[in-house]
Amino acid sequence: MGLGTKEMMAKRAAMELEPFAVINLGIGIPTLVADYIDESMHVMIHGENGLLGIGAAPVSGHEDPNIINAGGIPCTLVKGGSYFDSGMSFGMIRRGLIDITFLGALEVDEEGNLANWIVPGKTVPGMGGGMDLAQKAGRVVVLSMLTDKKGHSKIRRKCKLPITAKRCVDTIITDRAVFRFLDKKLVLTELFEGNTVEEILADTEAEVLVSEDIKIIESVK
Amino acid sequence: MIENTFHKIGTLDDAMKHIRDGVRLMVGGFGGVGSPPLLCKEIAERGIKDIVLISNDAGFPEVGIGPCVKAGQVSKMITTHIGSNPFAGKLMNEGLMDVEFIPQGTFYEQIRAGGMGLGGVLLDTGIDSEITDHMDRYDLDGHEYLIAPAITGDVAILYAKKADPYGNLIYDKTARCSNPIMATACKYVIVQTEEIVELGALDPDEIVTPGIYVDMIITGKGGEWTWAWEQKK
Repeated sequence: MGLGTKEMMAKRAAMELEPFAVINLGIGIPTLVADYIDESMHVMIHGENGLLGIGAAPVSGHEDPNIINAGGIPCTLVKGGSYFDSGMSFGMIRRGLIDITFLGALEVDEEGNLANWIVPGKTVPGMGGGMDLAQKAGRVVVLSMLTDKKGHSKIRRKCKLPITAKRCVDTIITDRAVFRFLDKKLVLTELFEGNTVEEILADTEAEVLVSEDIKIIESVK
Repeated sequence: MIENTFHKIGTLDDAMKHIRDGVRLMVGGFGGVGSPPLLCKEIAERGIKDIVLISNDAGFPEVGIGPCVKAGQVSKMITTHIGSNPFAGKLMNEGLMDVEFIPQGTFYEQIRAGGMGLGGVLLDTGIDSEITDHMDRYDLDGHEYLIAPAITGDVAILYAKKADPYGNLIYDKTARCSNPIMATACKYVIVQTEEIVELGALDPDEIVTPGIYVDMIITGKGGEWTWAWEQKK
């Protein structure tokens, strides 16, 4: 059986990792990235709620209600993992000790600005730890659909929603293509199999350069 | 029988004498993990109102301090996130509850400043966002910082794994979260603990919160909730 769209995105995201990286996974698709990290990489997953070394999901029936990830889902702790208070947890983030944060997005724009914390008057979740992570992590990798449910581009010329952090995004992995910021320009670098450059550009509002060396990510059958 | 040497071991009724209408209340926990069930339940049942709630989030509708938010007992929240409790967003949008959002790392530094006797801290999280437009700025060696003032409270209600009669605390895994920080930043600190152990039974090297910060210790069952992940099973 092949991978679903979200799983394909998560698998591609895991390819961004280097051995011994410290990473943080946001809620939603970013959480799935953990499923594609090879143990031999010794990646340490950080949770804002005060743990470093998030491990696999526990076997059903063996959950410990006091071991959860920042999404409120039971998890486990790997060997070498630790617990600490929320202040220290954010000290790690603020000091730049998180190498990569994988985040969801409402909008990203061609300057690399990210909006993902509020839709005024509608959705008011609050930023949680999103501003700390977006502004302070070594790299921000956004995992998001290319367009919203109405088919509108989520990669815009300029964010319309209140921003989370300015010029913070490094890479955008969507359901159909991958973009990178290279020399402050947004560049289309990879296509998921079945998509063409023309189709992606047609559905992307932002001004995009196309890499001369564009790659195709093959579907997993 | 554990000796109540420091007169800190109390009952739920004793604890509730300190939690009155209009209280500026810090509640430990992250999505309810690390929140004290007995105290949350009692505040909901007694209908304490006009609470200024200082907590990481609004819990879930039936988890943590969430039911008090849902019931309209909170007039203002100082928090980082309310997305897990839809009633919080509804009350906010209807103008029935004031919500001050603070980036989570800043929130904890402000509380820590309060607990450490500082006037505030300098940091730059969110400096490009409109959420910090109201904050004063300070230039230090060419870098622009925000001035984040200390946050303190009247009462903290916290959750720990073990306490001794002096109020020395150790916590349980991710139920530690905001608890040790809030323990330092309120005039009166009440801890619900799983277990009270003899004085001397906690290894001094392993104590996370020294008892100097703790005013009352209670223990007991009641108010335990069903977690969101349990309901989905």
